[in-house]
Formats: sequence, C-alpha cells, structure tokens
Amino acid sequence: MRIVCPFCGERELGEFTYLGDAKPVRPVAGASEDEVFDYVYLRDNVAGETSEHWYHGGGCRAWLKVARNTLTHEISAVEPAAGAGARQAVK
Amino acid sequence: MTSSQSHRLASGGLIDRSASLNFRFDGRTFSGFQGDTLASALIANGVKLVGRSFKYHRPRGILTAGSEEPNALVELRTGARREPNTKATTAELYEGLEAASQNRWPSLRHDVMSVNQLFAPIFVAGFYYKTFMWPAKFWEAIYEPAIRRAAGLGRAAGVADPDHYDKAWAHCDVLIAGSGPAGLVAALAAGRSGARVILCEEDFALGGRLLSDGGTIDGVPAAEWLSRTLTELAAMPDVRIMTRTTLFGVYDGGTYGAIERVNDHLPSPPEHQVRQRLWRIVAKRCVVAAGALERPIVFAGNDTPGVMMASAMRTYVARYAAAPAKRIALFTNNEDGWRTVETALGAGLQIAAVIDARPDVSAAYRSLASKGGFPVLHGSVSGVDGGKDGVRKIAVSLAGGARAEVEADGLAVSGGWNPAVGLTSYHRGRPKWRDDIAAFVPDGAPPGMVAAGAANGDFGLGACLSQGFAAGVAAARDAGHSGKAGTAPVADDEAFSLTPLWHVTGKGKAFVDYQHDVTASDIELAQREGFESVEHLKRYTTLGMATDQGKTSNVAGLAIMAAVSGRSIPETGTTIYRPPYVPVAIGAFAGHHRDETFHATRLTPSHHWAMEQGAVFVDTGLWKRAQWYPRAGEKDWLESVTREVKAVRGGVGFCDVSTLGKIDVHGPDAGAFLDRVYINTFSNLAVGKARYGLMLREDGIVYDDGTTSRLAEDHYFLTTTTAKAGLVMQHLEFCRQVLFPELDVQLTSVSDQWAQFSIAGPKTRELLKEIVDPAEDLSNEGFPFMGAREVALRGGIKARLFRISFSGEMAFEISVPARLGDAMARNLMLAGAPFGVTPYGTEALGVMRVEKGHVAGPELSGTTTAADLGLGKMMSAKKDYIGRVMAGREALVAPDRQVVVGIKPTDKARRLRSGAHIIPKGQTPGPGNDQGYVTSVCFSPTSDQWIGLGLVERGRERIGEIVHAHDPLRGEDYDVELCNPVFYDPDGGRQRG
Repeated sequence: MRIVCPFCGERELGEFTYLGDAKPVRPVAGASEDEVFDYVYLRDNVAGETSEHWYHGGGCRAWLKVARNTLTHEISAVEPAAGAGARQAVK
Repeated sequence: MTSSQSHRLASGGLIDRSASLNFRFDGRTFSGFQGDTLASALIANGVKLVGRSFKYHRPRGILTAGSEEPNALVELRTGARREPNTKATTAELYEGLEAASQNRWPSLRHDVMSVNQLFAPIFVAGFYYKTFMWPAKFWEAIYEPAIRRAAGLGRAAGVADPDHYDKAWAHCDVLIAGSGPAGLVAALAAGRSGARVILCEEDFALGGRLLSDGGTIDGVPAAEWLSRTLTELAAMPDVRIMTRTTLFGVYDGGTYGAIERVNDHLPSPPEHQVRQRLWRIVAKRCVVAAGALERPIVFAGNDTPGVMMASAMRTYVARYAAAPAKRIALFTNNEDGWRTVETALGAGLQIAAVIDARPDVSAAYRSLASKGGFPVLHGSVSGVDGGKDGVRKIAVSLAGGARAEVEADGLAVSGGWNPAVGLTSYHRGRPKWRDDIAAFVPDGAPPGMVAAGAANGDFGLGACLSQGFAAGVAAARDAGHSGKAGTAPVADDEAFSLTPLWHVTGKGKAFVDYQHDVTASDIELAQREGFESVEHLKRYTTLGMATDQGKTSNVAGLAIMAAVSGRSIPETGTTIYRPPYVPVAIGAFAGHHRDETFHATRLTPSHHWAMEQGAVFVDTGLWKRAQWYPRAGEKDWLESVTREVKAVRGGVGFCDVSTLGKIDVHGPDAGAFLDRVYINTFSNLAVGKARYGLMLREDGIVYDDGTTSRLAEDHYFLTTTTAKAGLVMQHLEFCRQVLFPELDVQLTSVSDQWAQFSIAGPKTRELLKEIVDPAEDLSNEGFPFMGAREVALRGGIKARLFRISFSGEMAFEISVPARLGDAMARNLMLAGAPFGVTPYGTEALGVMRVEKGHVAGPELSGTTTAADLGLGKMMSAKKDYIGRVMAGREALVAPDRQVVVGIKPTDKARRLRSGAHIIPKGQTPGPGNDQGYVTSVCFSPTSDQWIGLGLVERGRERIGEIVHAHDPLRGEDYDVELCNPVFYDPDGGRQRG
C-alpha cells in the first residue's frame, strides 16, 4: 500500500502507522462519561469509504486523514490533520 | 562423457555441448551440459523415476518443464544448503550438483512405504479426519508424528542457512511478467514509448514458448527475431530485464513482489553475494504476459513415469535436445498437442500413435500421420501398463467402444491450456470461463494491471504479439509516455480447436493432483459426502494445497466436481487465488533481518567507553545498555551490582541514561499543552525547575511517566521512558495536530541529540564541581532539588543540569550534545577518581529504584491507574487532561483495586521472584483468592535482603500483613510481608540534601 503524504509525496506503507477511525471527535472539557465512553470505544465497522488517522512517523511526523475504501484498499484522498504543518489538502 | 547421455539427441537444443557438467542424483554420477535443468539432464541420461508420491509412494517421473511441476521434487545440495522440494524442472544444472530423491526408504527403486498403495481404500479423501479421531490424546503423541514421518516429502537442512538474502525496492512505469512473445513485445512497445520498464522472467533464458515451439515472426525464424529483439531491448537504458526472477504477488497501490534467484544456479553464492533477493517493485502499470499452463487429462495410470505434458515433451526435445522417450504416443483433445508430434518427428524420434479424443483431425495432421506411418486413434487412453521403469503399453478405448493397445515408452498428454490467472486474481478476482478454449481467463485485474497473450486466453503467436504490443503501448501511455512505438510484429495464429475432456473413467488410480495424491475418485467421494463447494472440496481432499498450489490440477479437479454434481464448470467456480505464485524461501522475506542484524541496534553515546570497561550489555528495545560493569574477582552479576549500589549510596556513581526519550516543547502554549497531556499541571512550573509528570491513555490507564523541566518561559524539555520514547512522541504529535490544533506549540524529538548521565551519591556535588565552571552555584540553595538549568562546564561547553534523582540519593542528571557523550564518560571517570567514582549499569539503577519504591515498566503495565501506583494525588481536579473522564469510571476507582505495595520475605534469607502470586495466608491458592502479584524484585544491599514491589488488592491498607506468595511456575511457596514500598530513606532527606 502507498500513501501520498501531503508533505513528502508518495511513500510506502512501512513509513506510516495506523491509528483508526478519524471520525470521532474528542468531547470538550466537562463532557459526560457517556460521551467520552463513546469517543473512546465506539467505532463503526465500515465496509466501504472510511476516514482514518495515519501517522507518518517514518517521514515528516505529520498526522494525516486518509480516505480509504476498506473493500478495495483504494485511497481516494489524503489531507494533513488540522494542526499539521501545512493546511493545503493534497489529492 | 556424452556417451553416457543415452537419451541426448545428436544435435539441436539450446545447450552448450562444449560445457559438460558432472552431477550426482541419488549417489550416481551423470553428466549434462550448460543450459540443462536437472530435469532435462536426467531425461538425457534416460532417468525416468525421480521421486515417490506423497501418500501412496507411487513411482513418479517428470511431468512438466516448468515451475508448475508437481512430481519431480528433489532435495538439492547437501549439508546446511540442502533444500527440500526443489523442482528438478527449474533447477539449473551446475558442475558438481548433488540431488536426492525424496519420500522413499531405503531407496527410490525399493520403497517400503509403497505398501501404502495396498491400503489405498483407507487413504481416501478426509482419511485423517475419519481415521485418527479417537482417542484425542493419541493425536499429538502418536498419530501426527507417525503421519509426518510417513508422509513428509523432503527433509529440511536442520541447521542455519549459511547464505545471505537481500531485499530491495525497484520503481518503474511498466512492469512486465514473462518474456514470451507477448511480454517481449510489451517491453519493446513500452520501452520505445519512453517508459521505464522492468521485465521479470522466471526462467534463466528469455523467450518463453519461443524457445521450444519456434515459429515465424515478421517473416524470419523465431530464434532470429528473438535475438534481434533482445538486442534492441538491451540497448534501451530504461528497460531492465531480470531473469531468474518470478513475479509472485500483487499488493495494494501497484506494489509487486518478485523473487530473484541470484545465485541458485551456482553451487554456492560467490563471496559477498546473496543467494536470493526479494524485490518489492512499485509500478504504475503492469502487463501480465505469464503465459498458460498445459493441463493433464485424468486417466488411470496417468502418473506413470514417462507420462508427460505434450508441451513439456517438445521443450525437452527442442530446447534441451533430450528425448523423454524414443517411441512416443500422444493423447490429446486439441490441435496444439500435435505440435509435439511434429517436433518429435523432426528430431528423428518415433511416433507410436496419436490418440485424439476429438472426432476429427485437421487435414494437415492427417497427412502428417500417413507420411509418418503412425495410426490416429479416435478415443481416449483408459490405462497405462508400466511402473518405475516407465511406460510400456497404453490401453485405448476407441470411440466406437472397441479397445486397442499401443506400445510406447512415453506418453505425451495435452488436455488444453489454462491461462496463468494467478497474478490477475490475487485481489480476490474470480476468473471467468471461456467456452471456446474451455478455460478460465482473467475477468478484470487489480488496478493498473492487464493480461496479454496466452495469459489472457489468446494462445496464437500472432495474437500474443499484437496483444502484447498493444498492452505495452497502452501501459506506457497510461504512465505518461507516448513516444513512437512503431508497429507490432506479425505472425500467424496456430489452430487450437479443442474438445473438452477432463476425465477418462476406467479401472485404476487416476490422478488429479499429483503432488498430494488426490484422485478422481477422491473428488467423487467428496461430492457424495457433501463437500461440493470448491472451497470445501479443496480442504477435504487437499486438492491444490501442495507446494505447486494445484497449477496442473485445480481446473481438472473442479471440472470433475462439476460433472459429478451436475453443474457447469463456471457454476462450480474456482477457489480464491492467493500469492505467492511460487514458493518463496522464508530467508528471502527475512533478508538481512536475522541474528544480530534482526533489527537495528542503537548504541548509547558512551557505548564504546563502556565496552572498554568490560561492561555486560542488555538489549532494551533497540538499545544496548550497560547492565553492570564486572570487576576482576567478582563471582557473579549480583556481586558486581551490589558493589555498584553500595558505591553510589556511599560515594558517587554515574550511569548513561541517554536512552530516555527526550522532547523539546516550544511555543507560547507549551505549558497549556502539557497541562492537557499530563495529569498534573506544568503551566505553573517555574522556569529553572523540573517536575515529575504522569500521562494517561484516553481510557484512564497510565501511559508513561518522566520528568519535564522548564528551561524558558516558552520552552520545556520533556523526558519519557526508554521503552515508550517513540510512542509518546507519536501520541503527543496526535494531541498537538489532531486534538488541540488551536494551541501554538511545536515538538522536536531530541532523544539522539543529547547524551545524558545520571550522577548520584553523596559525593555528587564534589565530583560536579570538578567539571562544572566554578562560577556556577551548585549549593543546595543555588541549585535546589528539582532545579534545572543550563550551566557552563570548565572549558566553556554548555550543558543542561537537572537536579533529579531516581536512586533516592543526592543526584544530578547532566546533558551534553551527544557527540560529547563519550568524552563526558571519560571525564567523569577522571574527575571522579579521587572520590572513587563508580560507573553503574541498568541493574544497579533498577535496584536503587526498587529500594526507593519508584514505579517503572513492570508497574506501568497497561492495567494500572495513577491511584494504583500511589500517584492519585497528582491528578489535577482543576483542568481537563487526556484520560481524565475515563479514569473516574467505577471500576477504575474501586476500593479493592490492586495497588503498589512493598513486599519482603518473612525469611530474610529467601530470594524473591517477580511473577509470584499473592494469596491470603492460610488459603489454598486458586483464581478465586488471587490478590495480585509481585512485579519487581531485587537484592537490596541496603536492606541486606531481597525486596520487591507488587500489585496487591487493597495493598496500602494492609501494610504489615503476612500473606502467601505462590509461584507455581517455579514451584515455590513462601510467606511475605506487605510493607511500605519506599524501603530507603522514606522521608527523602538524602535526595534533598
């Protein structure tokens, strides 16, 4: 598998670390235990397009949001996390 | 020596008759030529029997001339290089080659286990499941070892592989599998278009079927066209041709796996060279021109040595000038099989008869038969009379019902051709059925891949050339190259005309899968017993599960299943195709990642100095760390470690702690950021101070700990444990980039930039004064406990000094740029000599941390909370932080949790061991009363006894209680006392002094 890092270009899977679903948003301070529980534990088991967090630890150390199809492994888009170095999405 | 090659043709072939090679098979010496495979050399010497079959130990010969070979498997080489199950059909001959047949005892000709044939009725499909069911305990002790002994094929070397293997990456625009006519013209077209091309060919010679079948291309003989084409390709700098290289797998994103047998054709690799190289090839486009495999027809006795695929027979005759038989019969259901007759006649061999299952034969071949003076029998082969010495007679059932007999010493069989659909199907693709050729062809392919020529079901030479060329042009264009490619070479298409025939019913064993001894009746039995699905059929009969992965057997097997279950072949379907296409040695996947180079090794800045000191090293992750520094006369590690601990507690010692993860945190929001990742607060830490911090996972469990110092208003220096250094960096980057992008903060990993030493013991300050600039105030007031700041060393070098202690002693940690680490160690030794400075290793470090009750890896086990570790008070109630909410869950704050407590044996002389379970005194140990376990132990020189830390239910409320330590693993039972985990200097006076 190959991922096009917005900063480094197309790189091999071994440079990246998978984290998981990029959809859940960390609840704000003061959120209830139930809300945080959902954030920490509840994940959809998607057959198709997903958005995932990947870490380019073997490269620029950027966290990326990768749109991947779990059925075909096809990657349709890669964008840097909000706080990563650049803000420009790269296809 | 040629005289001994009884079956070598007088002329022809692509062998070098000037290079004679001696080799040994089963102890007998033979000779062959450069350009031979082991199989062709054996054939040239008239050897027909080369192995015994897997289950029935039936005599077997050579069936094919390629990597699909199911029968002719040998042990190649001897000693540590002995490799079992090597295909004689692909093993290149070299001087001194040694090979042995497999699966026979005492010899190939007289194999005791061939009695298995008499018991054939019980060796039917699923016989393991049916026969060796009860009693269950017999399976591991008796059945399995016995079966493995009886049914194993070759023997592994049993010792470490002495050779090196390599792994490499390659990148190209167009990757081509196969160097037959389709592959070569694809390379030509793509290369002319300007694309970067890699062509992989598993054979050592280029040309594919052209080498055996010849033909006319662009009006010239195939051999001439081939040499012209190879010359043109060789002149293209961006076309790379890799022989002895099999493309075996297709992975995501246009990544392909290939195995290059760099030196398998030599007795052993030349010095400094690898035996095999595993390639990962990244290609924008891939053209699969892997050709097709001829398939057998299933009939009684079809495994007799001397029965061979028709195309293989003409390969041996035309390419290797080796005659598999001198009087040949052909059994075919298609026009292509007849080409073997033409080749054999051309080489002066005799044709006994052609048995053609079709009602009609083309006029051209009819006249060939009458000219050659051999009969054409319309019918099928119903039996073979022969044995280990080969075929003698062939029984034929004629179409009208009559019977005939043909005398021959070899039988060529052609049941048609199966396109090699492996590569195109590796992404769970299912090939589709094509009626006109009665074969499966690719139905789509992984992204960027296309099949051309025979691999696509188009067998004619003309079709291969036009399709291959078009595929090459298209692939190059898709990859962004559209230079002038010219036009495709032209050739005629041969007639194919096939009438499907899979199985001739008759008396006697008719083999479908030769390597796993699966017969037609096994498939019929599987169907009767309800294993109709092809996936069930495969697993119940083991059809296609041998090392050849059913290349010659799968389609025939499912055709027979289709027939007995009353379905069509496409309805029956195929199993899932999975890589690798050919077996790949584990050594190739490992490459250089074995033994001491299994992973990268990280050395501390003082490593070489520590080696000079004679340190014993321990692996901690990738690091080599000095574990202790033995001195002459010390009898064991404990004596050395005890000396080191006493030296530190009584004087001064130092230890390289550079392996800790180190992260610079910069920015106006650095403090706010740390507040969110640690349970305690850092924004209020004064500049010039350090603080111990603890971070949780979002689920409330402790993740990591370490000290963080504030070096400037907007600059913190954070340390992590050695084990979690990389993971914490990743976690913090996640927090910064994903969770809290609004914070203005940056992280820099500086683990490798700083050499850090812990200097500990009551004489630490005196030692430091020797190396630190006298202007620096190191007094308790000028540099108090938990102080942290940059200092100048004598000579002007800047260092960072932290007054932190892991040992419980008066201690500092000093950081210098990593390149100065070695010099620092040497200077500490010099400057410390008057104070008896003692270098200490990780063992003494561990002893002192247990004595001091500090938690470390065994307590930060991924199951403990901050409160479990006795650090619950650090959890700030005034702010949000990672893990805060989940840490408050009922079970994580339950009063009966197992918490850190000190442990010492009631018998002062007893040794403690970690892992022992804690049971209430007087109770019988069991899961119901297991209250925890011992996590860390050491011999404490200070307490003069073994002490430990443990996680024990309600431990802190039970100080002073005597409990039972139960260690079933080591068979030990003894009493211990639960105590304060801080064994040494509980009020901390020493570290503050």
